[in-house]
Amino acid sequence: MAEPSSATVPSPSDALVEVDHVVFGYDSRRTILNDVSLTFGRGKVTAILGGSGCGKTTLLRLIGGVHATNSGTVRVFGDVVDAHDDAQLFALRRRLGMLFQFGALFTDLSVFDNVAFPLREHTDLDEAMIRDIVLMKLNAVGLRGAAGLRISDLSGGMARRVALARAIALDPELLMYDEPFAGLDPISMSIAANLIRTLNDTTGATSILVSHDVDECFSICDYAYLMSSGGVVVAHGTPKQLAASEDPEVRQFIRGEPDGPVRFHYPARPLAEDFGVNA
Amino acid sequence: MSDAIAAVGRRTLEVLRILGHHATFFLDILRACPAALRRPYLVVAQIHAIGNLSLVIILASGLAVGFVLALQMYYALVTYGAAESLGLIVNLSLTRELGPVVTALLFAGRAGTSLTAEIGLMKAGEQLAAMDMMAVDPRSRVLAPRFLAGIVSMPILAILFSSIGILGAYVVAVLLIGVDAGNFWSIMQSGVDVRRDIGNGIVKSIVFGFICTFIALYQGYEAEATPEGVAHGTTRTVVISSLGVLMMDFVLTALMFSTP
Amino acid sequence: MGKKSVEMLVGIFVLLGMAGLVFLALKAANLGTFSSGDTYMLRAYFDNIGALKVRAPVRSAGVTVGRVASIKLDPKLYQGVVELAIQRDVQFPNDSSLRILTSGLLGDQYVGVEPGASEKMWAPGDEIKQTQSAVVLESLISQFLFSKAADAGNTSAPAASAPGGGKK
Repeated sequence: MAEPSSATVPSPSDALVEVDHVVFGYDSRRTILNDVSLTFGRGKVTAILGGSGCGKTTLLRLIGGVHATNSGTVRVFGDVVDAHDDAQLFALRRRLGMLFQFGALFTDLSVFDNVAFPLREHTDLDEAMIRDIVLMKLNAVGLRGAAGLRISDLSGGMARRVALARAIALDPELLMYDEPFAGLDPISMSIAANLIRTLNDTTGATSILVSHDVDECFSICDYAYLMSSGGVVVAHGTPKQLAASEDPEVRQFIRGEPDGPVRFHYPARPLAEDFGVNA
Repeated sequence: MSDAIAAVGRRTLEVLRILGHHATFFLDILRACPAALRRPYLVVAQIHAIGNLSLVIILASGLAVGFVLALQMYYALVTYGAAESLGLIVNLSLTRELGPVVTALLFAGRAGTSLTAEIGLMKAGEQLAAMDMMAVDPRSRVLAPRFLAGIVSMPILAILFSSIGILGAYVVAVLLIGVDAGNFWSIMQSGVDVRRDIGNGIVKSIVFGFICTFIALYQGYEAEATPEGVAHGTTRTVVISSLGVLMMDFVLTALMFSTP
Repeated sequence: MGKKSVEMLVGIFVLLGMAGLVFLALKAANLGTFSSGDTYMLRAYFDNIGALKVRAPVRSAGVTVGRVASIKLDPKLYQGVVELAIQRDVQFPNDSSLRILTSGLLGDQYVGVEPGASEKMWAPGDEIKQTQSAVVLESLISQFLFSKAADAGNTSAPAASAPGGGKK
């Protein structure tokens, strides 16, 4: 594996989130993250790219304190995340907003109630104030008129946007997006990408973007990490640096080539054997 | 040979592990109950979903059971000239046994499956994880209110089942067959004891409420996040709840009604 | 479904439940008939209490005036000691007698009070020894057999020795 192109990795003082030599597996049989180290710069949009099963979503969960690392530390807002410290997790999660892969909206509540949920749970604001804030957030994602709709009435793209409005309801300092572009049509995809960038810039938040959509990510992110299926970081750099990389693994992913370091064929017996043809 | 023993050993350990998992889940829900009680509207909304919406099937079944009991018991009693005791027999059957048990079985089928499916789908759609990430404990927001609602609803439903069953029996026995109304009520009244029969029946239905609601919530929470997983979860809810209720019924009946 | 309407419906649900409970307790059970309010205690001694149970009724002229509170065995007299809780507004002369009777042909047993003629009434805590035990089926049968045999003996051999008498 070639040396990753020298990139300006955000210095520790700039970093909102630091993942330091983390090893993680749900059980002893399978290690999902194998000694990974990443840094996420304050105020920047950082993407984590990679194929399915390389541990990208797991990384988000570790940052959110859902699981404890097997070894290595995760630092958010300067403090080490302790997955067993409920009080710390509570304080941490109030400062972060997460967009789940398909929205994870509460299907028994309306659009308005979904966005109002974090406000009602964590603040003592009266209903009038909550109404104003909810409509403002919905307006930011372009869905102020949809406030009265039921979740089942929404299309995939709209649901994703409502989930985004809900994620920013408490004006979080850290935003995490799990596959925000998966399954969207080109228009919705571009809307989502624009929203992510705009929100990040206007609110001064830090965004972490997990995706395997190279083009959309590169169009909005400041920095990117590429992970492979072994749970390791293969390369990192600015989009320009990664696009220019000579590393075969990086090239295969960025250009979407069917065969390369990541093989096309699943390991199998020789062709001749399977089809009974004498070589 | 040693393979078979090892397999049995592994199975036993697995069963013990599952039992322990049930226990920790139960304790988690209990611990989340005080927080749920501080938001009474959550519990109230669930009582509506679990209790109110089960009323139709409970009342309809209660009425039908009352009709049938009266009819069957009449034909059995009239041969001994004891048709006047019809009211007493129907009452005792309902308040002691059929009320709590049949209500619990119907509850498991209607409310239990809907709970399991709801929780299972919420988990599959990452709604519970999303709540977690928003620093809201899904146990106190989602699980505990449903648990409390089940425990409150079950005795009420069982009482209504027994009451309407007795009224149904009255209709059949007195209005249709012609048993004497006065005797119907007075023999019933002198033979049924509030503490022993009705009280024990209520205690039974509370215990059944614990069992059915807990199993429904557990199966939903632990179901695999796929359509098949949720489907299996709902079937397991009905089967395990029903078996649990029937077995506990035996234990409780032996405890409560063995002659002093 | 608005918040207010849900709360109202649940309120109705709970109300229905309570109404059902009240119905069961009053119309369908014995709560309304006996209020264990003001009662006084009497103690009665029986040779044989038969199948008398705690909470069995105490009746006079067929009217329930009390309940059996407890049944014990007196260790010295080897008699059954039955504590009766009698309604305070009902009093019996102190030469009344108590019998253990059966309601109906095969029904539950209860304590029947036959009022006497005395001017003085039983006071709370009094002990009553004028009692008639429950009827034991075996003694009834042997009495019947004994009298039958006696009749047969009378018609054939008046002086014939009587077969062993039954228990009394």
